[in-house]
Amino acid sequence: MNPKFGVVVFPGSNCDHDAYYALKKIMNCDVEFLWHKNPDLNNCDVIVLPGGFSYGDYLRTGAIARFSPIMNSVIDFANKGGIVIGICNGFQILLEAGLLPGVMLQNTSLKFVCKNVYLKVENYNTIFSNSIPVQLQTVRIPIAHGEGNFFATETMLKEILDNNQIVFRYSDANGNTNDENNPNGSLMNIAGIINRKGNILGMMPHPERVCDPILGSTDGQFIFKSIINYLLN
Amino acid sequence: MFKAKVLIKRRPSILDPQGKAVEKGAQHLGLTNIKNTRIGKFIEFDVLSDNVEEAKKEVNEYCLKLLSNPIMEDYEFELSEI
Repeated sequence: MNPKFGVVVFPGSNCDHDAYYALKKIMNCDVEFLWHKNPDLNNCDVIVLPGGFSYGDYLRTGAIARFSPIMNSVIDFANKGGIVIGICNGFQILLEAGLLPGVMLQNTSLKFVCKNVYLKVENYNTIFSNSIPVQLQTVRIPIAHGEGNFFATETMLKEILDNNQIVFRYSDANGNTNDENNPNGSLMNIAGIINRKGNILGMMPHPERVCDPILGSTDGQFIFKSIINYLLN
Repeated sequence: MFKAKVLIKRRPSILDPQGKAVEKGAQHLGLTNIKNTRIGKFIEFDVLSDNVEEAKKEVNEYCLKLLSNPIMEDYEFELSEI
């Protein structure tokens, strides 16, 4: 039986339905929405913090959502090894909650960037990337954010590198990561990281937007397939 | 009761693209002496307490856990009795 996903809905989430659709209709999983005021995770196997502008991005992105009643349950679930994926605003919430190391600054261009980008896969041995074919150096997934400029202190970055926590880096189609292929100024072109234990992923690109073949690419399926594959095996 | 005035600044080591962009405006205005523009936040609120130590403790917690992100920001505040 396919696992059950819970998509958390904060006031201002706007990729919740995309995530629901991709998981339900394309990946054939059980999915339900979890309203942020209700701390019950309803026995979901995976928690998705979707993209959007929770609480209008007031103060800092993710800073207020991090204190929503459901977040205590999500933090508890994650600390016990539960699988959590934060996409875009969801990534920002995970950073604010301290579940992942670092912080998001404004894009160096000061612009909201919405486009397809290539991501170099840095680590194929994670819960979230195990089904990406190794011969594919990159996956193509869109970004859409104004604050995706990942920053971490030197100590944090050292820990991220020492533990092989980088999963995706912005690159060109061939996997070259340089300033030219850095859409937002992120440190080391970082687009997605996991926690030390490996059960939490935060990524700025939107895999849920490239699952349905009608949308031109299905690379997003790799991420959800990986999670399903991990849980079923 | 106290009035709290909180100032939140980005750490000096962290780039401030917004400050840079605003400073370009200063150059367009012909204000050539303006340099190192940094944009922070000013937040004020009341603290319903008559005990200054208790008020400070609560404001510190508010600043540390919510108003600022210690990875990239520093904060300072002042309290005045009202």
